[in-house]
Amino acid sequence: MKKKRFTFHVDLDMFNPASEKDKEYMVQMRESSTFFKDGVKRLYKNKIAFVSFLVIVIIAVSSIVIPAFWPYSYENQLGVQPGKPVDASYNNLKPFEYGRTEQMKIDGGEKVFPHLFGTDSAGRDYFIRVVYGTRVSLAVGLFASIIVLIIGTLIGSISGYFGGKVDLIIMRIVDIIYSLPDMLMVILLSAVFKLTLTPVIAGTPLEKIGANIISLFLVFALLYWVSMSRLIRGQILSLREQEYVLSAQATGAKGSWIIRKHLIPNCISVVIISAALQIPSAIFTESYLSFLGLGVNAPMPSLGSLASEALNGLSSYPYRLVIPAVVISLIVLSLNLFGDGLRDAFDPKLNN
Amino acid sequence: MADNKPIIEVKNLKEYFNINTGLFRSKPLKAVDDISFSINKGETLGLVGESGCGKTTVGRTILHLYNPTAGEIFYDGKLIKSKADIREFRKKATMVFQDPYSSLNPRMTVSDIIGEPLDVHKLCSSKKERQERILELMDYVGLNSEHAARYAHEFSGGQRQRIGIARALAVNPDFIVCDEPVSALDVSIQAQVINMFDELQEKLGLTYLFIAHDLLVVRHISDRIAVMYLGHMVELASAGEIYDHPLHPYSKSLLSAVPVPDPKAARANKRIVLSGDIPSPLNAPSGCPFRTRCAYACDRCAESMPEFKEVSPGHFVACHRADEING
Repeated sequence: MKKKRFTFHVDLDMFNPASEKDKEYMVQMRESSTFFKDGVKRLYKNKIAFVSFLVIVIIAVSSIVIPAFWPYSYENQLGVQPGKPVDASYNNLKPFEYGRTEQMKIDGGEKVFPHLFGTDSAGRDYFIRVVYGTRVSLAVGLFASIIVLIIGTLIGSISGYFGGKVDLIIMRIVDIIYSLPDMLMVILLSAVFKLTLTPVIAGTPLEKIGANIISLFLVFALLYWVSMSRLIRGQILSLREQEYVLSAQATGAKGSWIIRKHLIPNCISVVIISAALQIPSAIFTESYLSFLGLGVNAPMPSLGSLASEALNGLSSYPYRLVIPAVVISLIVLSLNLFGDGLRDAFDPKLNN
Repeated sequence: MADNKPIIEVKNLKEYFNINTGLFRSKPLKAVDDISFSINKGETLGLVGESGCGKTTVGRTILHLYNPTAGEIFYDGKLIKSKADIREFRKKATMVFQDPYSSLNPRMTVSDIIGEPLDVHKLCSSKKERQERILELMDYVGLNSEHAARYAHEFSGGQRQRIGIARALAVNPDFIVCDEPVSALDVSIQAQVINMFDELQEKLGLTYLFIAHDLLVVRHISDRIAVMYLGHMVELASAGEIYDHPLHPYSKSLLSAVPVPDPKAARANKRIVLSGDIPSPLNAPSGCPFRTRCAYACDRCAESMPEFKEVSPGHFVACHRADEING
């Protein structure tokens, strides 16, 4: 049957059937936006978080790159030459001052790389020591928070998902660890670990890292996972009542599968945020342990040990305390601001 | 289409939940109390009842998502008891959930959601086989293959429910518990999804336990219908029989509430309105659970629980006075 025309006023020749190309143009699929992409977009819009991210990146990259080409090294005492008496003129140089032999070279027309922050009491270039200390502090912060992240997530998700007696026992252990005075425990544990670990790691590659740093990591692994695991447990407790978890159980999935595939991916934003906020706290802990002499081993600097050494000459060389303190503050501040930005960007409950 | 071999048999199923009523006291909530029925291969059993009467609990307990307090569940004549049995059983029995918004993980793509049962049971040996199976399933339920890489939140309710159905079909089951699969959908979409259930049943020889509270939907899809009240099954009969000759007073009032599209017929239809509310399952009435709201209740109803007996072939009812009432 021939179709009736709708109206005589419309000239049907004006309309052509759409070609395949036209159809393709009309039917366009929007790029599938994931949760992660959305979060990054929001993070990028947040000026403060973005700037602090840049600051962290600049500090981290320079602490890795600069030691590679800097003419001085963190352990090299410039006044000590093999076969010659110690040249004390290199000790305690002010910024942009030079030692005796360097001054002779400059007078002879040669160029000598300046000591930006002077040298310390043993004649070591202070700038490279700060850079190296930053590297150590950042590395300690990062690894410690990774350790905390792994242990906290594992224990928290097991406790939250299985509930009942498992939950009860784990949470009481957490309560006990919480009730210990953590500063005291950190100091005691690092003192004990330092003694026991030193003979154990002698001769292994771990020796280079030093017993102090390893004991620091152990302290973190033992004490600092509790708040993370409480956080994760709380998240999992609410997530496991979701219907998709029941749906996964109905397909016959086991607990470990459900935790890995359903629960952790759904609280990953909380995990990332609290890990980002854990880094500054780890850096702080490392700093005050180093300040108390329980941190990194002697020639290796960290920001805390640099500050601690600077205390002796505080009235003559105050900048030696100010510089590492400023770097610590800068790192901790920008990590905290970045962590806040991460939370704003990734926490779905704060979405507008 | 249904032959008479039962694929699922439920015997004296009980499911009690402990509810804390005080600091150290708890009381059992009898969500499902002593229910027996069987579902034949290829048939659809509709399960109706008002909110909180235990329909969903029956469905979930059959799949052992809750541990049954008492009673036995047989699949294909075999008792499901040990963990290994349950794991094997889950390859044969799956579930479609009510809410298509919360039953799909928002962090997973459609192909991962549909493929999860395959991964859990390691049914596919290669990635290519898995992908092909997923596309085949998506084709069954009328989804485009381009949708495979998208996330569940990008779909409408009807499409999401199709994803849920494809997921339930992934392991090639014989039996599917449909827990109010259409009540969260628009009426027009409901029709599409229900027709799809019908088509899939014919094509794949599926058996359904269809839980719903929309009586017209249940009548359309079911071969037999069971009516539940307060954790008990009060009537069970073929779909036509229960609509034309309901015997239990509760079924009667339930069916009188079904809206009739013809206004003349609707005016002629007398609605039986029940007095009072459904009692709390925490303190259920003695004897017949329905007696507090029943117009025909007598002393006997308070004394003893009526037996669930067959009054005519295939028509079961639990009422002391069923004969008198229906003359």
